[in-house]
Amino acid sequence: MSGLVIDNVSMRFDLPNGSSVQALKNVSLELAEGELMSVLGPSGCGKTTLLNIVAGFLAPTEGRVLLGGEAVDGPGPERGMVFQQGALFEWMSVRKNVSFGPRMKGQSERSSAAEVDHLLDVVGLGDFKDKAIYELSGGMQQRVALARCLANDPEVILMDEPLGALDALTREKMQGLVLRLWKETGKTIILITHSVEEALLLGERLLVMAPRPGRIHREYRLPFADMGVNADLREVKKADGYGEKREEILSMIWDMEEEIMGRAEKAA
Amino acid sequence: MTIALIYIALFLLAFFAVRLIRRAMAPTRDFLSLKTVTFGDESAVRPDRWASVISVVAIFLIWGAFTGSVITPFHAPGPFVGDTEFTYTAETPDGRRDDATVFVRVHRVGEEVEDIQAALDDGFARNDTAKIAAWRSGLVRVNRNDEGGDAEGYRVIAVDGQGIAPGSPVRVADGRVAMTPKGTLNFTPAKGWQMEKIWLPAPEDVATRLVEIASEGYRNFTLLEHLGWSLFRVVLGFLIGAAVGIPLGYAMGLSDWFRGWFDPIVEFMRPVPPLALIPLVIIWFGIDETGKIVLLFLASLWIMTISARAGVSGVNISKIHAAYSLGASKWQILRHVIIPNSLPEIFTGARVAMGVCWGTVVAAELVAAEKGAGQMIVAASKFQLTDIVIMGIVLIGIIGYGIDILMRKAESWLVPWKGRS
Repeated sequence: MSGLVIDNVSMRFDLPNGSSVQALKNVSLELAEGELMSVLGPSGCGKTTLLNIVAGFLAPTEGRVLLGGEAVDGPGPERGMVFQQGALFEWMSVRKNVSFGPRMKGQSERSSAAEVDHLLDVVGLGDFKDKAIYELSGGMQQRVALARCLANDPEVILMDEPLGALDALTREKMQGLVLRLWKETGKTIILITHSVEEALLLGERLLVMAPRPGRIHREYRLPFADMGVNADLREVKKADGYGEKREEILSMIWDMEEEIMGRAEKAA
Repeated sequence: MTIALIYIALFLLAFFAVRLIRRAMAPTRDFLSLKTVTFGDESAVRPDRWASVISVVAIFLIWGAFTGSVITPFHAPGPFVGDTEFTYTAETPDGRRDDATVFVRVHRVGEEVEDIQAALDDGFARNDTAKIAAWRSGLVRVNRNDEGGDAEGYRVIAVDGQGIAPGSPVRVADGRVAMTPKGTLNFTPAKGWQMEKIWLPAPEDVATRLVEIASEGYRNFTLLEHLGWSLFRVVLGFLIGAAVGIPLGYAMGLSDWFRGWFDPIVEFMRPVPPLALIPLVIIWFGIDETGKIVLLFLASLWIMTISARAGVSGVNISKIHAAYSLGASKWQILRHVIIPNSLPEIFTGARVAMGVCWGTVVAAELVAAEKGAGQMIVAASKFQLTDIVIMGIVLIGIIGYGIDILMRKAESWLVPWKGRS
């Protein structure tokens, strides 16, 4: 039993000028083990704040997060993170980056070597194990980040726009890789994205959040992630219902953005 | 002024000459030479090594030409040396006038020459002789052998037919004649364009002096000892400064309390030039080694503190978050993330600090020391030993440059990821 429970979480920041911002309001959510959930929403809807609370980098003002029944009160190795970019350690080789988690636990590099080699082969970096990070392309660096996270064998993987900085082609390849890893490892994954297509393809569950205050707007259960495992993602995009869902969510987010703009104009 | 014009002329001449030669040769077709837009494209501007070589050669050519050096085949006109003469017109109190000639023998400084033998002429004004060293000037008391020359009102009214008075000198064949307020003539032979040794010695004189001092030493210490002591002070002062400054900078980057406590001190001390501390350091610690090392410690301390602090603040928060999520403890994050991440900043700071320390040690030795590169040149300057002064400046420059090159090499070896993430 290692489900993730987000129980009535609210987040309020006080600003120096005396006012406050309600970044999240009464967000409740449950994820079963092995579920893949993508989170979409216009900027300012609190999706990154929510992820940081689950990761333990922020403490919510109300509510709590439970993983396997235990309350989260700080960052921990059972909740791995994959960032957009810049989170790799340039002073270490690819191999040392991936073995970072096990080494911090006190394992020698040699004892984790087989696992590290295996993971690097899985993410397709078998030939780059001893390269320096700055010698790799952006897509390869994100593969390292995935491998590094998996090497620590977390229960939940939190991804904060992990593919946002990649070009369209690399991004599509990486989406396939994420799906494959999800199925092979059976990890619970929360993935934040700005791309509606990515959210549809990489979300067994898709959460649309709304801003001011940040809250859950709508939740979907989608078949596309399962269809996409080890399949051509371009074929998935032609599947029944994909186009309609995409239009529906796009216009939903579009309306929210319009509303924000309208509010901003009124305020001005 | 003339030298500046010659320098600009050499610059342009070399530029056009090299361009002509390049045109004549087969054009290269590397990536840069195929770029059509280079003006404003900083990446397309690389130092032209031909220009660098010619630049250094030009400096030595000008140096040699204006010091009469053996390394240059041509020279600027030197000072007048040899025999010359001018006539003067004297007037007695009762209005009689007579002409006579002054024979001057101009010789090189330090050279012994014989007096000119001059025939006495008729009339009350008699011919005179004088010996004057090149670049110097000499008083010629022309009335001394004249008949009635010591009478009140006896005076010289013209030189080479041109009227002369105090404050209005007269040009003659190989120099200039001026009159002192008391009416004595003062002859200055033409100096030419070359520099005198005590102002600027020729390059080979400096080289000879370098060999001499390297083998015999100067002021009780060999050259290596002078330079070695300066280097030793710099390295020791810098190391102590780094040993205190880097941990302090880390503490300031990691703790609110440390940051708040030391911010006013660091921000106040940072703009104080180390040279301004020399008097206080001498009062407190005296002029021996302790004082110098304390000064260099202070010179490097703030630079290292600020660079270590900047190195900590510059860490991408994603790296810290990632390390925590991978299960690292605070200590492990310091050891494996914060310290390596700050190394590029620390190296930049170390390069600046070494440069500042090297400048400061020379200045401190100028003020007070018994050995060291700065002491060597300040002692030499007191005896007008310009060759030692120039030699010292060149060596100080070379060592400073060498330190910087070494630091850069160490940097590219130790932090190869710098600027590439």
